[in-house]
Amino acid sequence: MSAATVTKRVASRIPHRIKLNLQAIVGRAYPRIIGANREPSWIFFEAVLPLLGIAAYVFIYQAIGDRAVAAILQATSTAPWGMCGDHACANAAEQAAYLSATQANVNALIGSVVLGGTMIAFWLNVLWSMASQLYWEKEIGNLQLYMMAPMSRMALLGGMAIGGMFMTSVRAVTTLVVGVLVFSVVLQLTNPLLLLAVFFVTLIALYGMGMMLASLYLLYGREAWNLSSLLEEPIFFTSGFYFPAGGFASPQFGGLGRAILTFATFIPATLGLDAMRQLIFPGAWGGKFWIFSPDVEFGILILLAVAFLILARSALAYLEMLARREGRLTSRHQ
Amino acid sequence: MYWRTFKWAAWLGWEMDSNWTEPALFLLYSVIKPIAGAFILVLMYLVFAAIGNFRDPAMFSFIYVGNAFFIFVGSTLFGTFQVIQSDREWYQTIRYIYVSPISYYTYIVGRAASKVAVAALAVVITIAFGAAFLDVGLHIDAGEVPMFLVTLVLGLFCLISIGICLAGISFLTARHTHGLAEGIPGIFYVFCGVLFPLTTLPAWAADFGRAIPLTYWFDITRRLLLPANNIDTGLSFFNDAEILALLLASSLAFFILSVLIFKGAEYLARKAGKIDMLTSY
Repeated sequence: MSAATVTKRVASRIPHRIKLNLQAIVGRAYPRIIGANREPSWIFFEAVLPLLGIAAYVFIYQAIGDRAVAAILQATSTAPWGMCGDHACANAAEQAAYLSATQANVNALIGSVVLGGTMIAFWLNVLWSMASQLYWEKEIGNLQLYMMAPMSRMALLGGMAIGGMFMTSVRAVTTLVVGVLVFSVVLQLTNPLLLLAVFFVTLIALYGMGMMLASLYLLYGREAWNLSSLLEEPIFFTSGFYFPAGGFASPQFGGLGRAILTFATFIPATLGLDAMRQLIFPGAWGGKFWIFSPDVEFGILILLAVAFLILARSALAYLEMLARREGRLTSRHQ
Repeated sequence: MYWRTFKWAAWLGWEMDSNWTEPALFLLYSVIKPIAGAFILVLMYLVFAAIGNFRDPAMFSFIYVGNAFFIFVGSTLFGTFQVIQSDREWYQTIRYIYVSPISYYTYIVGRAASKVAVAALAVVITIAFGAAFLDVGLHIDAGEVPMFLVTLVLGLFCLISIGICLAGISFLTARHTHGLAEGIPGIFYVFCGVLFPLTTLPAWAADFGRAIPLTYWFDITRRLLLPANNIDTGLSFFNDAEILALLLASSLAFFILSVLIFKGAEYLARKAGKIDMLTSY
């Protein structure tokens, strides 16, 4: 058979392969877009319950803020105009300015918690419905069916990611809207287009990371469950879901804080959240807790998105081969 | 019979939880999560302090100790009510255990024991770390240690009872364990004054919190471990003995409730043929 014939035959298969993989993407996304919304219990479990966690952190800032306000307003013999931080207020004007600044800071922190709590839905979806998904599929016996099917594994992961993004966005937007209304968060949107761009690039980078982790998890048994569980609170902490992550760069944390921040910037949620907070609460906290400007963070997020997608493809090919060789693809309850 | 059931169920729970890796790595995994959770609160406090030059060590200790003891809540509840789901759907062994001559109630308590033990270790490490490195102001009077131990036992007893109630319900539900695992502790997290005083909540929410026994457990635990402070917890009108009495009464009430709910749900599940149903978790 001549080279030209082979090339022609391969080329003739391309439309078929594209169609097949698009069908695989749609097929895998379908249960997450349509199927997951058929059971209305998601409204309670995935939109209302996350508000409880958010509420707890909101009330922490509220409680500390209330005590700070009480300290500002409490007149004593040594501080007739109350305390302005670590010193006595000089006069009523300073007291009023300090009170106003404290209330604005509390509002921005509460808004940060609502935004961070909303983004947690995406991180949890990446962990449990992307990274761990192939492990679940192995446990219930679907993985071998996927492996025998002729479509690309990337199409399978892509479908999972698209479906997961849509499903989680519906839930997250519900949580965000209710959170903003319930906790009376005042938003100051400055650049809506950049905000949307940052949000979507953050999602692509996050789900690219999830696709990469999914391939790593192919090798795992119960370690997968424990690893995903381990990547919850420590990542909430390092990525600053409930506080501005730029706080790690404060002098009081020294080199360790900067090291944590450097590690955290490889998790797309860190820079995504920081950029979104800057765009929604411009000037909050005197701007002293921002990591980079939103433009720079947007650029880094694009790089992360591309890098994770490329890494996901390479890792999937390598680890699938390794899992086949070690006979771990179909072993359940390891 | 009950002791043997408890003992072997506890051993089984420990093996299922830990034998996927080396013991040292398992312990590391077990304490990293709660310590990271505590660090979130530390950073929240420090960021607030840095923004407003406002330091409030009493409030920080209040938050830190409450959060440390909340580790028991998540672990104990999840350890208790996930048993039915995992045996029924995941390992599909519930029918064999259920027909064996044991008390299934005791079996569930035994299975939760390993999670309670690991949680206890995480609590001790978190508290010790806070006292050693974060200036959490602990103040433990030797004379109050027995009372602290009594409240700890009552708190865990109450938690296990609540967990058994939920386990009974999960006989009848499909795959909602993870939702319950997040939701029920989430309710306690917000309404029981774990991280902030009840006075921060709206009045209706504070009243709801006062109806939950764990609120009193957290309050008396902090009274016994922390020095006196000026935080208005919303429970100041009760003295220690009254709080302890409320905790004892509500723990007993929840124990009776757990037996009733568990037996009732078990009966309904058997009647409907749901004991070993599969819902493709």
